[in-house]
Amino acid sequence: MGEVIVVTSGKGGVGKTTTTANLGAGLASLNNRVCLIDADIGLRNLDVVMGLENRIVYDLVDVTSGNCPYKKALIKDKRFENLYLLPAAQTKDKTAVNPDQMRVLCDEMRDEYDYIIVDCPAGIEQGFRNAIAGANQAIVVTTPEVSAVRDADRIIGLLEKEDLREPKLIINRMRYHMVKHGDMMSIDDIIEILAVDLLGVVPEDELVVISTNRGEMVVINNNSKSGQAYRNIVRRIKGENVPMMDLEDSGFMKKLRRMIGLK
Amino acid sequence: MLDFLNKIFGRDNSPSRTVAKERLRLVLVHDRVGVSPQLLQSLKTDLIQVINNYMEIDEEALEVSLDSSENQVALVANIPVRKMKRKFQTETA
Ligand SMILES: Nc1ncnc2c1ncn2[C@@H]1O[C@H](COP(=O)(O)OP(=O)(O)OP(=O)(O)O)[C@@H](O)[C@H]1O
Ligand SMILES: [Mg+2]
Repeated sequence: MGEVIVVTSGKGGVGKTTTTANLGAGLASLNNRVCLIDADIGLRNLDVVMGLENRIVYDLVDVTSGNCPYKKALIKDKRFENLYLLPAAQTKDKTAVNPDQMRVLCDEMRDEYDYIIVDCPAGIEQGFRNAIAGANQAIVVTTPEVSAVRDADRIIGLLEKEDLREPKLIINRMRYHMVKHGDMMSIDDIIEILAVDLLGVVPEDELVVISTNRGEMVVINNNSKSGQAYRNIVRRIKGENVPMMDLEDSGFMKKLRRMIGLK
Repeated sequence: MLDFLNKIFGRDNSPSRTVAKERLRLVLVHDRVGVSPQLLQSLKTDLIQVINNYMEIDEEALEVSLDSSENQVALVANIPVRKMKRKFQTETA
């Protein structure tokens, strides 16, 4: 039986879709059968992040409303043999799907896939309810900012109410040099406040933007720190005990500082 | 000059991280307890009424909020006193 993992956040724009795509690709690269569901109806995005936007024929609403079997709506990834996407509908809204339908769909998919990852829309309304309905695990994404962490706390409370206990946290867009200079909350600060398990920390990385521009996933880029962070998270999802990587103040500024004798 | 360099290289030790953490902590105390601003407002009004019997307070500056430490939530009121009412001044002395 596969795992159904919902990726959620409360606050918008913190990196749910990026996380979903990269974890999906990472898990698929380790030979897991993976299906990603874009539950952000009306604001379809996972398809473009994965570079699959030109292949869509059917969507999530076609499936849940019984227009077509889910297998017919799945789009096969370009690079990974066993990675599939069920795209969101773009012209309908969140009320076109209900939580019961999502539950049925996820249960059906669990027989076929090792991991089903659901990309949740921002907010706590019906789109959120739909996305979490079929899940048996939750990942909460936040950035190290007051508003995002506050919303993450609210989401964690709601998940626990829905019996998605012990959600795991991913802190995205961490800027280590800012933490070091006292200008950003640290990993420990956030974990202390939210009191949840940390699944991983993804640094702020231009390569995320560059990969996304091309419709590629940074997780397969061996020379990127964010890619490494995603690969570590994937291994943790698989149950491995991977130590948090050391993402100190990297490279240039450190060298420069040393050069001019500031440290 | 060193100051200037420190600024450029972000070594100006501003405590915004600590400020962020403390603000977040307090906001979450309220979020988690689930008290509405209306409740706090009406508590404030009642407090003013009661305290007014004993002392003159700065109603504008009165602050009522929740805080927590070691798993306990506390009601914290900051109530600036202007002056005691005369009849209680002698009694307690
Ligand atoms: N680690 C990172 N470093 C740099 N940029 C990032 C990082 N993670 C995400 N981004 C960028 O942030 C933006 C928002 O990311 P994304 O679309 O994944 O967020 P989201 O939570 O899915 O948003 P929404 O709530 O709108 O669905 C994107 O432009 C993405 O490229
Ligand atoms: Mg998204």
